[in-house]
Amino acid sequence: MTGLQDRLTPEQVEEFGREMDELRRRVVADLGAEDVEYIQNVIKTQRGLEVTGRALMYAGFFPPAWLAGVGALSLAKILDNMEIGHNVMHGQYDWTRDPALSSQRFEWDNVAPAENWRHSHNYIHHTYTNIVDKDRDVGYGILRIDPAQKWHPYYLGNPVYATLLAIFFQWGVMLHDLEVDRVLKGERKWSEFSEERRRIGRKMGRQIGKDYVLFPLLTGPLAPLTFAGNAAANLARNLWAFGIIFCGHFPADVESFSEEETERETRGQWYLRQILGSANITGGSLFHILSGNLSHQIEHHLFPDIPARRYPQIAGEVRAICEKYGLPYHTGPLHKQLWSVAKKIVKFALPGSGDREPEPATVERDRTPAAA
Amino acid sequence: MAMRTVRRAATRPGSLPASLASLAEKLLTPHGVDRYLELIDPMLVRSEIRGEVVALRRPTRDSITLTVRPSRAWRGFAAGQFVRVTVDIDGVRRTRCYSPAGSAHRGDELEFTVKAHEGGLVSRHLHERGHVGMVLGLSPADGTFALPEPRPESIVLIAGGSGITPVLSMLRTLVDERHPGEVSLLYYARTPDDVPYADELDELAARRGVRIHVRHTATDGHFNADHLRRVAPWFARATTYLCGPSSLMEAVRAHYADAGISEHLHTEEFAPPVLTVAASEAGGRIRFVRSGVDIVSDGRPLLEQAEDAGLSPEHGCRMGICFSCTQRKVSGVVRTAGGEESAEDDEEIQLCVTAAVGDVEIDC
Repeated sequence: MTGLQDRLTPEQVEEFGREMDELRRRVVADLGAEDVEYIQNVIKTQRGLEVTGRALMYAGFFPPAWLAGVGALSLAKILDNMEIGHNVMHGQYDWTRDPALSSQRFEWDNVAPAENWRHSHNYIHHTYTNIVDKDRDVGYGILRIDPAQKWHPYYLGNPVYATLLAIFFQWGVMLHDLEVDRVLKGERKWSEFSEERRRIGRKMGRQIGKDYVLFPLLTGPLAPLTFAGNAAANLARNLWAFGIIFCGHFPADVESFSEEETERETRGQWYLRQILGSANITGGSLFHILSGNLSHQIEHHLFPDIPARRYPQIAGEVRAICEKYGLPYHTGPLHKQLWSVAKKIVKFALPGSGDREPEPATVERDRTPAAA
Repeated sequence: MAMRTVRRAATRPGSLPASLASLAEKLLTPHGVDRYLELIDPMLVRSEIRGEVVALRRPTRDSITLTVRPSRAWRGFAAGQFVRVTVDIDGVRRTRCYSPAGSAHRGDELEFTVKAHEGGLVSRHLHERGHVGMVLGLSPADGTFALPEPRPESIVLIAGGSGITPVLSMLRTLVDERHPGEVSLLYYARTPDDVPYADELDELAARRGVRIHVRHTATDGHFNADHLRRVAPWFARATTYLCGPSSLMEAVRAHYADAGISEHLHTEEFAPPVLTVAASEAGGRIRFVRSGVDIVSDGRPLLEQAEDAGLSPEHGCRMGICFSCTQRKVSGVVRTAGGEESAEDDEEIQLCVTAAVGDVEIDC
């Protein structure tokens, strides 16, 4: 098996890192009014969809209106969390110095408070990407998704946990930030998270207040329909976000790493790990926007603080650099990637399968229907 | 005079009862009402202050006067204070401090006269892109350079170049108040063509108790005691407000110090003080703790070095007035533009007028 450190010679890794740095420098130098205009348009669209969705609930007695309302609100929540929230909170627009686009001030339409999420996602996940036992996004602390995770009868429930996590994803993210799994195992104390809990209490109150109390009440006799509509929109966002995010790091070819092999990493080695540990999803431009451009997970992990609209623009170059150094560039359509993740979730529910599969020799690993 | 004034009716946002506003905030959480209102009209925002340019003229070759109608959150200003004005330039918000030049008693319209500086990012932008209908970000008025209550009886105003704006605001405010005491203005501009408020100054000079002398440095030379004595023979018992380029400020300060009346002099810097530490003292490490950035100091102000290192700390005037760029210094010795050194840990410093002496850690 090819380890992280012996794919390239140290000189190659350094040269590869320099090429990535250079690519980044070029994009950063080019940032300007167009990027701001883009995100402002996405925000306008999101706010428009949200208002439309809320308004359509007043006609919720008419099923097509209710459905359209749920659709608009779902899209609004998806845009808010993915292309706007996730990316703004990464600091992708901090250079604009606009307080409304500031990573430190932005709050998203999600029960997980931005501040808790920024720590567990931006710091823990993006720094320790796919390092088993360090990156808490590997299996989210509740699933066995990697052979390096030791099997336990608990994991027989893997498919059930995954389904529940998909349905209640925003709540899962919220509890994930609290490291509930580690608290239950006794690795961390409940009292260490009093600050986070306080924030969650406040945020939960507000989110539940608007979606499940105020907006339903405002529609009077239609309250139950509005309640159901808002719940449906939250569900749609949960399923979508879960799907996109699980396809980012868990499809079969994506690699995970051990703490030992990632000690004292250089910048080039860090870039290398991000590429090996991420997978893209192919699709049209609307799909990319709705995924928050996490369909370009590889580019996002290389440059998490560059505006996401730039990822599709640089993907070709990143891929060419990967080819040049003989590195894999994992990508495939959504249904294939999802199927691959689902198989993995079932496979690792059972004991064994502890050995990694032999590395495929191909450099480019497009998951084409024939190869799947 | 070749002045073009364009006016446009600006809409005033209607007011909402408090309970309704609070319900709206609960419904539109987490983004808040303003983030929706601004998509309809940027001037509708309730908690931030914005200003719409309702008129503009170009009083001199290189200056522009903007009349700005502030949004509902504006709470007025004291004559002499400044406002942080924000514009978007190529996607980036840029903030500079400008003093409104109008009377504090005409709070529904603010007047900013901005001189275009060579290489001045914001002033050039306002010059080239300023237009009626342009929306600016505004801060509440700030600064201690302001007329006190009650007003001093005798007042001397000394200004040079674009330093006219805060003292003109003082003068216009006093005229509106029918100030009973004497008020004298001594103003320096390079040539007659460089005087932005020529007509207004003539008109104000006709008021009772007001005396105005405009000196052209190209022909009359720079500040001297004689200029001052002629416009205000009683200056020694008056309160003086001074704003202008550093050479003028230094000359006036020296004169007041010689006369032993420095405590009667109030000043506002308009040009950034020159600040660098000697090459021998540069070369220490500057660590920006929160961003994890480490650099070697080249002696320039911390704000400039932070920006060059890719950080974008909040800032405003860039000359030590507005305190927007205040950050906590964790440890190390710094020197301010005034030459004072401080080694205190956990002290708040203004990045724009502070340079590192040796190793410094900043929580930024």
